[in-house]
Amino acid sequence: MTKVSFPLMGDYYVPAKFLLNHILKVEVIEPPFISNKTIELGSKYSPEFVCTPFKYTLGTMIESIEKGADTLIQMGGGCRYGYYANVQKEILDNLGYDVRVINLVTKGQMDIGRIYRLLKEIDPKVSKLQTVYYSFLVIKMVKYMDLIDDYIRANIGFEINDGEFLEVRNLMLNDFAKVKNYRELRRLYKDYFWRFKKIKVRKPDNCLKIGIIGELYTIMEPFSNYFLEKELAKNHIEIKRFTTAHYLLFEKAFKIKKYIKYVKKYIKYPMGADASDNVARTKYLCEHGYDGIIHIKSSFCTPEIGAMPIISKIAGEYDVPVLFFSFDANTSETGIKTRLEAFYDMLEMRREK
Amino acid sequence: MKDGYLGVDIGSISTKGVIIDDKNNIIASSYIWTEGNPVKAVRQLINNLKKDLPSDYQIRGIGTTGSARKLIGLMLRANIVKNEITAHAVGTLTFYPNVRTILEIGGQDSKIILLRNGIITNYAMNTLCAAGTGSFLSSQAKRLGLDVNEFGKYALKSKNPVKIAARCTVFAESDLVHKAQVGYPKEDIIAGLCKSIVLNYLNNVGKGKKIESPIIFQGGVSKNEGVVKYFKEVLNEDIIVDPNSHLMGAIGIAVLARKNKVGHVYNLEMTNVKFDTKAIECHRCPNNCELLRIYRNNELVDSWGSKCGKY
Repeated sequence: MTKVSFPLMGDYYVPAKFLLNHILKVEVIEPPFISNKTIELGSKYSPEFVCTPFKYTLGTMIESIEKGADTLIQMGGGCRYGYYANVQKEILDNLGYDVRVINLVTKGQMDIGRIYRLLKEIDPKVSKLQTVYYSFLVIKMVKYMDLIDDYIRANIGFEINDGEFLEVRNLMLNDFAKVKNYRELRRLYKDYFWRFKKIKVRKPDNCLKIGIIGELYTIMEPFSNYFLEKELAKNHIEIKRFTTAHYLLFEKAFKIKKYIKYVKKYIKYPMGADASDNVARTKYLCEHGYDGIIHIKSSFCTPEIGAMPIISKIAGEYDVPVLFFSFDANTSETGIKTRLEAFYDMLEMRREK
Repeated sequence: MKDGYLGVDIGSISTKGVIIDDKNNIIASSYIWTEGNPVKAVRQLINNLKKDLPSDYQIRGIGTTGSARKLIGLMLRANIVKNEITAHAVGTLTFYPNVRTILEIGGQDSKIILLRNGIITNYAMNTLCAAGTGSFLSSQAKRLGLDVNEFGKYALKSKNPVKIAARCTVFAESDLVHKAQVGYPKEDIIAGLCKSIVLNYLNNVGKGKKIESPIIFQGGVSKNEGVVKYFKEVLNEDIIVDPNSHLMGAIGIAVLARKNKVGHVYNLEMTNVKFDTKAIECHRCPNNCELLRIYRNNELVDSWGSKCGKY
């Protein structure tokens, strides 16, 4: 039997595993959680100046191959992400692993027909009807996860009993992995949303609000941004983040034109990957009373490097401070903490005056 | 009894300490080398400060800043532990309330802080590279056979500074060796080095930042007259260097300690407190976290470095 695995990104392994389990008659191997070992393996075999997500995903791939996987699924397009699958396949071949690497996204777009053909390659008996049904179910699941995460991000910094949000969230992910049909998913979502709302928070009306923008993988995989969101929550800050899996896969294509129109003063054409989105979000955050913006990217992320001067310019016009972070495989954690602390102090001082 | 507040700034190269009174006057100050052992340096620093402190003062607040702030904060039981950016801004603002730009070059890092109406509006810190910081200067001084303190005077003698490729410390060093072997006089090379630090700072940390006067230059490197001269030349503005510029971070944290005092009186008897750190590696998961456990009088007070929060 084919053993399928995929690189990790945040908690999206739950819907990914769910989908593969239901539509393919294969064994799904859950990739191990990202740890220092992952990134060590990844950096060892990657070109040195490749963007950091490449190193993380390559590391996870090697770890899942060691666990027995022989088919790896990679997503991504839009920038260098589009070439990840091919380059990683080459590297894995050179290392002597006999695996298949499949890229589900082409040219940054989801082509349903092509995905179906690819799935057929893995399992020739894949059923069309089931694929469609479970795909829609998973799209909904991702959407619900993102909606709940939005609520958590806005409130987790103010919880009265530490760790309550994460505890309920883990229960939720466990239950989501077991749903059978659409109706059950919807019921679970409503139940859990209610449970999250019941968690006691002490949130002042004028709390500090920070928007996080930047390159998608680094934003969504907490290990690669050194648990930035957790660190911010410790300082009682409300966090707003736009990039989610649902946005990237299903909303971006429709929204990008609107975004470029919104910031037509600064940019005219799409800048590749998430760069133009981030420019638009900067303007949005500035206009909606956010105290500060944190821009994170992996080192050598070219589209974001192009967006950074425009972001500084917009933020300068609205007088909102921006903190730029560039994460690599071996960034010093102390340096990040010092800068974050100073950023937080600065926002407090600005508030007081 | 009068009240005093102790601020300690433990940097990568030097350790600074001041004691201020209620009106922010400096009562005692000390500046020594860290030499890679912050605990030992702070013990000596406290001894130096104790000698200068008049007997009618008692310490009502302690603050620590700098790269070893957390460790020393535990050791001294400080009531406030803050990052160096905030400390420098607060320290400078107590003496120059209308400062707009603070340039700071320390041993290992360099920062720029922009202020308006007495609040920080923006800041930046060097990220990837230590080119153009104090440690680079001191290592180059050593190879040229000079003391860092004489560096500035040498630089001022030069009329024709050489150009040095200063984007990167390693390349700058090889360029420097090359210039010396070709036969350029020493003072021209030193002046070129000072100028390259200024250009590197402005291109790297100061990129995209509006530098407006009044400008204050501080940190250890501000004691180098050559660097100050080239800052003036390149920015075409007046640069203020306070006589206490090297102590600004310590003053800032002492001011913050005064503002956050808890009413407790501190004892500066350091010699009879045993303070140890133990490094162990945890192998419970593939993260292999390096844990640092801190003991005060053989009693575990804190432990850092774990990713899962078990320790």
